Amino acid sequence: MGVLQTTPLNAFHRSHGGRMVDFAGWDMPVQYKSILEEHKAVRQRCGLFDVSHMGEADVQGPEALKFLQHLVTNDCSKLFPGRILYTVMCYPHGGVVDDLLVYMRGADDYLLCINAGNIAKDIAWIQEQAKGFNCTVTDRSAEYAQLAIQGPRAAELVQTLTEVNLTDIKYYHFTNGVVAGVKCIISRTGYTGEDGFELYCPAADGAALAEAIVAAGAPFGLELTALGARDSLRLEAGFPLYGHEITEHITPITAGLGWVVKFDKGPFIGSDVLKTEKEKGSAQKIVFFKTGDRRIVRAETPVLNEAGTVVGRVVSGTLSPIINEAIGSALVETAALKEPLAVDIRGTKLNLQLVKPPFVPLKKN
Amino acid sequence: MSNVPSDLKYAKSHEWLKVAADGTATIGITDYAQNSLGDITFVQVPKVGAALKAGETFGVVESVKAASDVYAPVAGTVIEINPALDANPEKVNQAPYTDGWMLKLKLANPADAGALLSADEYGKVIG
Repeated sequence: MGVLQTTPLNAFHRSHGGRMVDFAGWDMPVQYKSILEEHKAVRQRCGLFDVSHMGEADVQGPEALKFLQHLVTNDCSKLFPGRILYTVMCYPHGGVVDDLLVYMRGADDYLLCINAGNIAKDIAWIQEQAKGFNCTVTDRSAEYAQLAIQGPRAAELVQTLTEVNLTDIKYYHFTNGVVAGVKCIISRTGYTGEDGFELYCPAADGAALAEAIVAAGAPFGLELTALGARDSLRLEAGFPLYGHEITEHITPITAGLGWVVKFDKGPFIGSDVLKTEKEKGSAQKIVFFKTGDRRIVRAETPVLNEAGTVVGRVVSGTLSPIINEAIGSALVETAALKEPLAVDIRGTKLNLQLVKPPFVPLKKN
Repeated sequence: MSNVPSDLKYAKSHEWLKVAADGTATIGITDYAQNSLGDITFVQVPKVGAALKAGETFGVVESVKAASDVYAPVAGTVIEINPALDANPEKVNQAPYTDGWMLKLKLANPADAGALLSADEYGKVIG
């Protein structure tokens, strides 16, 4: 194993008691005090996550939009300056390269936010696909720190640190502004299902911005929150995680992300295969489940039908600290979804209750 | 620094044992173990009456991160389990040596406990 990569907040995590782990090659905190308490803090008050490990890339030039329409499944022509789009980009066979956010800064000027573990793969893929288009693709990942402030009190907290009127920034919109003296992209997005912001700032300013948020956070019940809670929050909200619900082998249609696949915009990478899958139906589907039991149903656990035959496998599993039972997602043969499903956890059979996420009520922004 | 009370006996596999004068013993996992596991979400223990061999797996402690086996440090018969852990497994995190105890055994041979680690010895195991 090589040397782990670090974010500009590495010393911040260590000085605040972060428990550091290797996450996709990054030295990141999995928790500060307690994953369960951090999770609850984000649902009830607010939490501060370092997400500087996420990657960023510029796509710029006269054919930037034309290229993005070719690259990703969602319809980027719907964007306008200040608007953000969630999408995936696929291989020609329909499997997912990554999921990403597309920010439109201006005509011919877009910013992509991609997953930390996929940066090298994504940049190589995007640059390869951009050949023949009059646009440039530039990896900016090392230049940004990114902080996520998430939770029902996040907006109140951030508002104390900026003159930008945050009520003007709707969900999946962004603006440029100064927060605690630091120039940021203020993006009303997140990966928790709560209201909140992701602040992109120069890497050198990341730690100072984090300290300023911590210093202002006490009246709003701010907790430092880390990757463990980030994962349980996203699963509770029903958001996919690359490598779990979406992979090179799991298409967005299979994953239930048909809403980000827009065939009417014209052809794009993978569109033929995805259209056929949508029309003929998927052989397998990603489903979300709970069990009524506290035993965590971990990834790779076989999913069984009534006869005990394996009809799928769990791809994510955790304990929801809010409903106090195991929740998860599984890739299951579509034909098997009509009958009861179960898992065997150390000799105990647990029935899967299929749930349309989110698992908890989430406030609309 | 982990808390290692001096009046308990320890197994290398991070269980503690508190022997009473009547030949019974209370068993749980150490502060070091609960801290390593992180938030404990589920504790599976055997039924009262189960006979355990020394070194045998007697249950599972699950945290958000992983499920870990727990081992009987000595042989004996289960005479009581901690009923509070079913609904509140986090007691193992909060008070591993008191409220977070897991089970009580009637020891097959009370002298067996003498072979377990002292607090000083266990302290060296966990560095």
